Amino acid sequence: MSALVFRLKQPPDRRIDLSGLIPEALQGRSERAIARLALDGARNKLKVGDLFSLRMGEPMSLRFEGGSERLDLVGANMAAGEIVVEGSVGEQAGRLMRAGTLHIQGNAGPFAASRLKGGRLEIDGDAGDRLAAPLAGEMAGMSGGVVIVHGDAGARAGDRLRRGLIVVGGSSGKDAGSRMIAGTLVLRGKVAGAPGPLMRRGTIVLLGGDCPPSPTFLDCGSHHLVAATLLAAELERLGLGLARKLRRPVRRLAGDMAVAGKGEIWIASHSDPR
Amino acid sequence: MRRLSVSGVVVENSFAEAFDMRATALIITADSRKWARQAATTMTGFATSVIGCGCEAGIDRELTAAETPDGRPGVRVLLFAVSTAELQKQLLARVGQCVLTAPGSACYGAIAGEEKLKLGSALRYFGDGWQISKKFGSRHYWRLPVMDGEFVCEATIGMTKAAVGGGNLIIMGASARNVLNAAEAAVRRIGATRDIIMPFPGGIVRSGSKVGSKYKALVASTNDAYCPTLKGAVASKLGREIASVLEIVIDGLTPEAVGEAMRAGIAAIIGLGPEKGALRIDAGNYGGKLGRHHFHLRALLP
Repeated sequence: MSALVFRLKQPPDRRIDLSGLIPEALQGRSERAIARLALDGARNKLKVGDLFSLRMGEPMSLRFEGGSERLDLVGANMAAGEIVVEGSVGEQAGRLMRAGTLHIQGNAGPFAASRLKGGRLEIDGDAGDRLAAPLAGEMAGMSGGVVIVHGDAGARAGDRLRRGLIVVGGSSGKDAGSRMIAGTLVLRGKVAGAPGPLMRRGTIVLLGGDCPPSPTFLDCGSHHLVAATLLAAELERLGLGLARKLRRPVRRLAGDMAVAGKGEIWIASHSDPR
Repeated sequence: MRRLSVSGVVVENSFAEAFDMRATALIITADSRKWARQAATTMTGFATSVIGCGCEAGIDRELTAAETPDGRPGVRVLLFAVSTAELQKQLLARVGQCVLTAPGSACYGAIAGEEKLKLGSALRYFGDGWQISKKFGSRHYWRLPVMDGEFVCEATIGMTKAAVGGGNLIIMGASARNVLNAAEAAVRRIGATRDIIMPFPGGIVRSGSKVGSKYKALVASTNDAYCPTLKGAVASKLGREIASVLEIVIDGLTPEAVGEAMRAGIAAIIGLGPEKGALRIDAGNYGGKLGRHHFHLRALLP
């Protein structure tokens, strides 16, 4: 059965919370009932039907035709099904998502995948700052699942990452992997500054280039790691063609010693003769 | 009962009586096939019978690099025990002492199961705080720093309660050489089937046992009814023409796997014929009172 389609009528004139439009919340609802759902708590309440024209379909598969950087919390808390956004979204896309797939075909704003717990979030464009990070006051960031950004990521991607896999296909902003607790952060492109500040555990994988030396990360030499080949297999399973470099020795840096951390940075590119 | 002879080999109207067991399967990999096999061979040593070894273990088959999680050559090992607790104990002891210690090795689960056994989640403490947890997809690994790099081990592996232990063939012939020929042919053919092991040396046991003993301390003793040197002294199962007997014991992850293995073994023995091989094929049982799996020889004829 075809997807339930939300066609954006016009760009919203304010920030819109779309966290209510997730597959499990729409099951069993009629087109009219969905159109009457309130989108925010503002005085002049905006309803779904005011912003979108609907084409009914299977609610476990949602498609947003048209996006906007004012559409926040897309796919937040989703626990099943699929959401595809043909355009960009605002902040906190996929926040607290537990399962299912969220595919954003444009850019995503800051805090995409914030505290994501499971499922798969894929962003074809760029992601804003603090990808997968916790909001202020929260102790941990993403704690499971997979996040794939094909474009660039802003600053502090993977901040306080607790578990799961993040792959950034483009370049990454400064302080990537800051305060990481565990998990795996794969950075394919250039990285601004020294990654992994204050990381406790976890793995940052640099596929695209060396990183500036940080005095608080210690060089442990180059090694052919079985764990790297397992990561390579996982990247292939996810349909990402990044695995080749991980099947060769990687240089391992341990840190961040500023916090007596037992994290690591793998630098794969230096061993690539090409 | 009419004697049934197939290509000159008598197939007794008997059955192998087998028992429910707990089992697990794991994949051991290394940088080369040689070292994967070495680790597996060491791990499955002294694992011929639950009576004296705590478990029965063996190599199911070798795996190509494409069949293993880390893309290196591997070996699939099966481990059987009579209880979950004993299986857990044997698994940790054997992987800890024989696989962790082998150069370049890594260890992964190779069976799905609702119940899990601890593996890396227990062995990780050898890392003394330097162990690293990694979750990729649905699989959880532990990395332990060791002197040649890292030992990678899956945190938990599956266990099945549908396993069967004690499938068997008793092979009888006119000479020790002929019987060994037949047993070796059967082992080769059985070895090509999946999800089974033959835990005894080279897949063959010459000291088949019966339950009990005249000595109170022993739970099992020699199966005198099948000892050719006692033919005239006991209620022997052997005719005058039989001079040697060997047995093949088969443990499998499912009853079907054991049945297929026995079928393959019978076909190999019959294919070899009585001139170079066996005169009779029998199977060991306890009258059908102890094990719920009965593999009737005549139902497994090729």
